[in-house]
Amino acid sequence: MKQMRVLSLAATAALTVSLLAGCGGSETANTPAPGSSDAPSGSSSAATIKIGGIGPLTGSAAVYGVATQQGAQLAVDEINAKGGLQFELNFQDDENDAEKATNAYNVLQDWGMQVLYGCTTTNPCVAVASSTYADRYFQLTPSASSTDVTSGKDNAFQICFTDPNQGSTAADYIAEHPELGSKIAIIYNNGDAYSTGIATAFRAEAEAKGLEVVSETTFPSDDNTDFSVQLGDAQSNGADLVFMPIYYTPASLILNQAKNMGYAPTFFGCDGMDGILAVEGFDTSLADGLVLMTAFNPWGTDDLSANFTKSYEEKYGSTPNQFAADGYDCIYAIAAACEKAGVTADMSHEDVCEALISTFTASDFSVDGLTGAGMTWGTNGEVSKAPVVVKVEDAKYVTME
Amino acid sequence: MLLGFLNNLINGISLGSIYAIIALGYTMVYGIAKMLNFAHGDVIMVGAYVCFFATGSFGLPPVVGVLLAMVVCTVLGVVIERLAYKPLRQAPSLAVLITAIGVSYFLQNMALQLWGSDPKSFRSVVPTGSVSLLGGQISVSYVTLVTVLACVIIMIALTAFTGNTKLGKAMRACSEDKGAAQLMGIDVNFTISMTFAIGSALAAIAGVLLCSTYPTLMPTTGSMPGIKAFTAAVFGGIGSIPGALLGGILLGVIEIFGKAYISTQLSDAVVFAVLIVVLLVKPTGLLGKKISEKV
Repeated sequence: MKQMRVLSLAATAALTVSLLAGCGGSETANTPAPGSSDAPSGSSSAATIKIGGIGPLTGSAAVYGVATQQGAQLAVDEINAKGGLQFELNFQDDENDAEKATNAYNVLQDWGMQVLYGCTTTNPCVAVASSTYADRYFQLTPSASSTDVTSGKDNAFQICFTDPNQGSTAADYIAEHPELGSKIAIIYNNGDAYSTGIATAFRAEAEAKGLEVVSETTFPSDDNTDFSVQLGDAQSNGADLVFMPIYYTPASLILNQAKNMGYAPTFFGCDGMDGILAVEGFDTSLADGLVLMTAFNPWGTDDLSANFTKSYEEKYGSTPNQFAADGYDCIYAIAAACEKAGVTADMSHEDVCEALISTFTASDFSVDGLTGAGMTWGTNGEVSKAPVVVKVEDAKYVTME
Repeated sequence: MLLGFLNNLINGISLGSIYAIIALGYTMVYGIAKMLNFAHGDVIMVGAYVCFFATGSFGLPPVVGVLLAMVVCTVLGVVIERLAYKPLRQAPSLAVLITAIGVSYFLQNMALQLWGSDPKSFRSVVPTGSVSLLGGQISVSYVTLVTVLACVIIMIALTAFTGNTKLGKAMRACSEDKGAAQLMGIDVNFTISMTFAIGSALAAIAGVLLCSTYPTLMPTTGSMPGIKAFTAAVFGGIGSIPGALLGGILLGVIEIFGKAYISTQLSDAVVFAVLIVVLLVKPTGLLGKKISEKV
């Protein structure tokens, strides 16, 4: 009994000490900040603006998270190398899970995050955005495209197109380019918010533009493997353009089955199609002639894209996808806004949040990035930019006019 | 209208013959060992991965890939039986069932560790292309022809094997009464091992044909077709070899017709509703034999 008491006393003492040590630690970590703000900015590595990042680094959506992390890190390294404002990126894994994303957000808060870059995927982003709204963190997502992310929250901004925006833009593009096809079939996943969101907006805009939709079929989940009925319906109704606002895994099956059927319309996809060329073992000749709207063409010939692709390949040994480009643009947008608003490393996250919100929504703030020139933001957090429409030729994207 | 119907019928038979090959494996094992091998669907997935790497990464010809997949799956099936099921030979059937589900998860997670979760695109072992009928209005792809042909050949071979060979007769004897078979000098353990070997080799063929038709390969690729094929086996009368073929093809045709004429959302519900109706009318399945339990 006595021994127990001694033990518990010792434990309490140890806890108290560690608690004090914790306090001391955070104090010492905090003290340099005000000190260094007196010194010229950018001279010491301690005075960095802390950007927290969240996305899936493991699990089934890891492709997206890893790309957004790598693209963003590349941008941070470039900006820091130039001098001026210095940034630090701390990227946490959420496994595309809303609960884990909230844990990651708590970890980042403890770390002293001032700006949140993320989340990468929609569901975690919606969950985290309601916390950042309440806690007053500025948030810019590279790729969570649902309007649920930004609606009703003045602090959440997107660098990607929203789903409805993609749908109506696609319909406009097809209306302006009748050579792609005039009789349209839509195949979409009606168990998925992304796919349904685009398809709904596409249908409305297609009707407004007088496009002829001859077939509309759905499938229930991305695990679906048989598309013979959907393709058969499109073919028997004489569709010469198949609009597929879906992810690349089912799309690769559709392309394969269409070829086996001897059905060769123009296939038109959205940004979820990006990644189809990277599927291991995929016969890329199947994708020849596939038209898709994406935010970024890694084989683009403009200087910005070419340089980005080159340094990304040097650093990570793979071709960047649009998620990497979105991440890269996010960091540059945050950096430009911090510069313009005069954000410094010692500001509290609430102050940074207010400063960045007013900068992003200011009419004279625009960013030229990989994923669009002259990007501007409205008060609803949605970006305004023109999409890049590309056509697949010999396993590469060729930008279309 | 008629053309659409014919096209759907062909697609249904194509899907159904894949279910049938998987169902043959289920039914063999159930008929002889009296256990539901829920890991069968995952053996299919392993077979497909083996063929994928053999033909893709090592550039072996498709035939070698299929044979290699059959060898690996046969060994895997026998090892699973030896390690997981044999010690439970005298245990209640529920324990064996749970073990089979455990093996199924084990295989899926092993595949996840070894090969990752990214879907891989399977290169068909059959050349892509199709035969045109009725002046090009209907097309039947080569892979469909091969699948249907393989399915029929396997069914005939299995029927001949269980009817005429010594091992086949031993299998039937075990399925009727293990104790009596043992008294007659049949090595029951060896016979059951052989059943698993044959079932797993069939799983490898099924895996390759499944992924040749629907070329996405993931660790969970085998699970849904496995469940559907199990349904097909029950539908046709579990334990009956022609029943598995009939059940598989009917299931595939019903699924595709359900999609085409009722709803793409409800096709699975339609399939299982038909199953329930059949089992209400004929509890042993379409071709199942009624075996009275002796006490």
